[in-house]
Amino acid sequence: MDMKQKLQELHEEAVRKIQASEGLERLNEVRVAYLGKKGELTALLKGMKDVSAEERPVVGQLVNETRNKIEGILEETKKKLEAAALEAQLQEEVIDVTLPAKKAQIGHRHPNTIALEELERIFIGMGYEVVEGPEVEYADYNFTKLNIPEGHPARDEQDTFFINSSILLRSQTSPVQARTMEKGKLPIRMIAPGRVFRSDEVDATHSPSFHQVEGLVIDKKITLADLKGTLEEFARELFGPETKTKFRPHHFPFTEPSAEMDVSCFKCGGVGCRFCKGSGWIEILGCGMVHPHVLEMCGIDPKRYTGFAFGIGLERIALLKYEIDDMRLLYENDVRFLKQF
Amino acid sequence: MNTSLSWIRQYVPDLDVTPQEYADAMTLSGTKVENFVRLDADLQDIVIGQIEKIERHPDADKLVICQVNVGKERVQIVTGAPNVEEGQKVPVVLDGGRVAGGHDGKMTPGGIPIKKGKLRGVESCGMMCSIEELGSSRDMYPEAPELGIYIFPEDAVIGESAVHALGLDDVIFEYEITSNRVDCYSVIGIAREAAATFQKEFHPPVVTKTGNAEDAADYVKVTVKDERLCPRYCARVVKNVKIGPSPKWMQRCLAANGIRPINNLVDITNYVMEEYGQPMHAYDLATIQGQEIIVRCADKGEKFVTLDGQERMMDDTVLMICDSEKPIGIAGIMGGENSMITDQVQTVLFEAACFDGTNIRLSSKKVGLRTDASGKFEKGLDPNNAVAAIDRACQLMEELGAGEVVGGIVDICSQTKEPARVPFEPERINALLGTEISQEEMLDYLAGVELSYDEATNEIIVPTFRQDVACTADVAEEVARFYGYDKIPTTLPTGEATTGKLPFKLRIEQVARDIAEYCGFSQGMVYSFESPKVFDKLLLPADDPCRRAITIANPLGEDFSIMRTTSVNGMLVSLATNYNRRNKNVRLYELGNIYLAKELPLTELPDERMKFTLGMYGEGDFYTLKGVCEEFFEKIGMKEKPQYRPDGGYPFLHPGRQADIYYKKKKLGYLGEVHPLVAQSYGIGEKAYLAVLDIPTLLPLASFDHKYTGIAKYPATMRDISMVVPKEVSAGQIEAMLTQRGGKLLESYQLFDIYEGSQIQKGFKSMAYSIVFRAKDRTLEDKEVNAAMKKILNGLESLNIRLRA
Repeated sequence: MDMKQKLQELHEEAVRKIQASEGLERLNEVRVAYLGKKGELTALLKGMKDVSAEERPVVGQLVNETRNKIEGILEETKKKLEAAALEAQLQEEVIDVTLPAKKAQIGHRHPNTIALEELERIFIGMGYEVVEGPEVEYADYNFTKLNIPEGHPARDEQDTFFINSSILLRSQTSPVQARTMEKGKLPIRMIAPGRVFRSDEVDATHSPSFHQVEGLVIDKKITLADLKGTLEEFARELFGPETKTKFRPHHFPFTEPSAEMDVSCFKCGGVGCRFCKGSGWIEILGCGMVHPHVLEMCGIDPKRYTGFAFGIGLERIALLKYEIDDMRLLYENDVRFLKQF
Repeated sequence: MNTSLSWIRQYVPDLDVTPQEYADAMTLSGTKVENFVRLDADLQDIVIGQIEKIERHPDADKLVICQVNVGKERVQIVTGAPNVEEGQKVPVVLDGGRVAGGHDGKMTPGGIPIKKGKLRGVESCGMMCSIEELGSSRDMYPEAPELGIYIFPEDAVIGESAVHALGLDDVIFEYEITSNRVDCYSVIGIAREAAATFQKEFHPPVVTKTGNAEDAADYVKVTVKDERLCPRYCARVVKNVKIGPSPKWMQRCLAANGIRPINNLVDITNYVMEEYGQPMHAYDLATIQGQEIIVRCADKGEKFVTLDGQERMMDDTVLMICDSEKPIGIAGIMGGENSMITDQVQTVLFEAACFDGTNIRLSSKKVGLRTDASGKFEKGLDPNNAVAAIDRACQLMEELGAGEVVGGIVDICSQTKEPARVPFEPERINALLGTEISQEEMLDYLAGVELSYDEATNEIIVPTFRQDVACTADVAEEVARFYGYDKIPTTLPTGEATTGKLPFKLRIEQVARDIAEYCGFSQGMVYSFESPKVFDKLLLPADDPCRRAITIANPLGEDFSIMRTTSVNGMLVSLATNYNRRNKNVRLYELGNIYLAKELPLTELPDERMKFTLGMYGEGDFYTLKGVCEEFFEKIGMKEKPQYRPDGGYPFLHPGRQADIYYKKKKLGYLGEVHPLVAQSYGIGEKAYLAVLDIPTLLPLASFDHKYTGIAKYPATMRDISMVVPKEVSAGQIEAMLTQRGGKLLESYQLFDIYEGSQIQKGFKSMAYSIVFRAKDRTLEDKEVNAAMKKILNGLESLNIRLRA
């Protein structure tokens, strides 16, 4: 049998064995058996010495070709087997994706803070600066400079906590208006969030301590129309683009004209439900044009400047928006409550 | 304030609106309707019927069978009412109709349907009604019998609506009147607003001159000693008084406003108080000694028995109405028992006065008595209203034949009130509102509420009952109200652009919240005031500065009586609440102020310091909390290692497990394990941990300015050392030594093992650190590292630390 035929047979045999290999290990054994140092092809090569000198290059080339062919098939088969092995492994690794998640224990913000950050975001976007003022405040700022003179019923002890006759716990965030105006830097666009105090016994809808967000804009040519436009924008941003607003005349000593703003009930869309007590509207805030006396007392010329102010009850927004039915929950700090926000 | 629609219609006869339209439009023009009730909401098919025949029920002693003519037909009704007689006219609810409630006065929401049926075998078709079944009461309809069916007067028309005949086809509106609109605490005031809102004509009552040829001044002399507290006092006299019931129309008006009819005299004063908003008082002139009224302040400690039989203590700021000998009433609040009107009264003295609102408010509080009258006076009434009201009362006395009105009036008036004048500035009004309303249109709106225009001076003349209109902004509001707030355009402010800003402090607080939450802490909120008892609960010594708390003069109770000087109590209470409710692994944080007085008693505002307080129990320990603090410091740019000093001496913390936190020599706050006794007294049954950080101290140390320092290019060399350390040597000391001795090459170190126990000699602990050396510019050679290590080891030796074999 000549070399050529031997190679041919070897090749066929190798291909058969390669194709019959199950798994990468078996394939490797086949590779070693044919192509390894002690493999059959190598053994065959040893027979080259018997080949005549002139035939050698031809046979040599034939040997190399055979080797290449076998290597090609080996490689091809290896890839197939690897793919099959991976497939098998992936099959093996199937998990139950419905098993419980492993969560990092992340804490939760207070609903008041969530509402506040929402408000701050909206007004900062409209060019407002966030300002703070003292919680223990002079009666002068809480009342007198807001057009609530001595003897005015709003100064009544039954609503306000007093430290002494001239220092009290602020009953509104409006004193920050006076403080900001007095600084004399115009124009003003600010909001002042903060804690306020009223002498109300604790129950589901009252708390002796709660939060307000005061807003103030002072500039030349500020109008009631600007107030309406700004607060409408705010309401749509906070409660959704479909929100409608209604301004009703009202009275606050430090604004004139004054108004209260209602928004269309975000629960029923304004048709009337238990939430809005059937009216379709929910009272959200008080507002108005800064009273000329207040401007004067704070050193601003009411003939040159006008402005508007508004005050929002933060808890009211939080309770409404998150459908919390008892104000006491906000100060109990039960984690089962806090975790829901 | 309540009014019935029918009473408003007396002054605005053309008002033709549904209750809902009325409520909506009034609310939008500034007279907010809180809600309204239709008195006949639950009444249906109720007519006037006449009982023509009564027979005994064959099978029931207490029932009778009535044949009732209801106009269109005759129906048979079986009733158990004790008061029926043939010929009576009664309210009958027909088959299929509804009544409002039971005869016991209990209301059924939605009403009770009445159906044809059999009573003890006899067919009954409908029901005769008591006043209670019609949704009212004998208080409001005093003529109704105590038990049984309501009986109409003989002139009632058979077949007509009984609801209408009783005035129950009415709507009661409840208003929220703002404090500046004193004039709207009256039916006339609201009717004026209604007329202006719906642009209908307003017809206020026409008060005619009353009185005989005599002069009231001959009956009574009035002296006002304190004119500031009583700017006006009017008195008129009615003689030959005949006490009796007031007419039905007046009773109905009062009933609809929730006022119980009593007799003609009382009803007239109540009627005028509702109509004009002016409280009045009637005295029996016979009880007034010396026929003299003196208005003066009470003596300190003076006692007085009011109409309700209560003895009350006065002080010298309470204004009294007196005769020549004694007080007979507390001005503006309540009359005295000693001058009370009885049915035997002959001559009545009417009083209509104006008192200082603030004084009445304060007096009412001092005396502990708030009445309808004081509620009106304390708002500050128009002195001119008193004359109108007293004349109206006399007119009604005359019209109702309740007595003979004496001519003249005693009017002691120290301050005449003239109409105010405000310049009419239409351009400024438009500029303020953002509108383009014409001058004529503005004047039309103003005229609707009786604000007239003086063309000669270009001024708006404000009637005295509108004490709230004093400047152009006020006039602008009047224009806006009737132009319609809803018609004012919506624009955004123009002018110089401003940048929205969140101040640095609030940004730091935001990071505090973020970090706390990443670390599993949820945000709590607590009150700023607490009980002075918390200091004992926290085991604070008597001289602890925390005890110098600001006291609230009028707190809600001792538990809320001081401004907190520490945030610890609030956190412990919150943790305890959770522990109590069996919540596991609780982590809370709070951002809130404490209030530190600069001096007590307070003369200037206290130092309000924002505290970032963290508290936890359950999983985790001291070091967990310490980790949270350090995460926070790093996030706000405080990248050096803070120092921890165990000698803070906080009595509410475990003495061996607490530390003050220092950064660049500034004390930032402290943390520690809650003292077991304190935890116990709060009811926390596990180890709890607290950290309190002072935000104002952190602010100058914090920064959001980050600088990139490059990532090391050359390899690090790591050395582990395992040491036996005397127990009293702290990790802080070892680490300080590592830092000091490691020099420039030291990159970092990490404690990876700490052990105390049987393998280690008593009084010692085993600690193992991994130390990393690196140079920025080259690969370190062994000998360099060895040299550094040698220095470190020498240093550690000085702390009596030796390497473990």
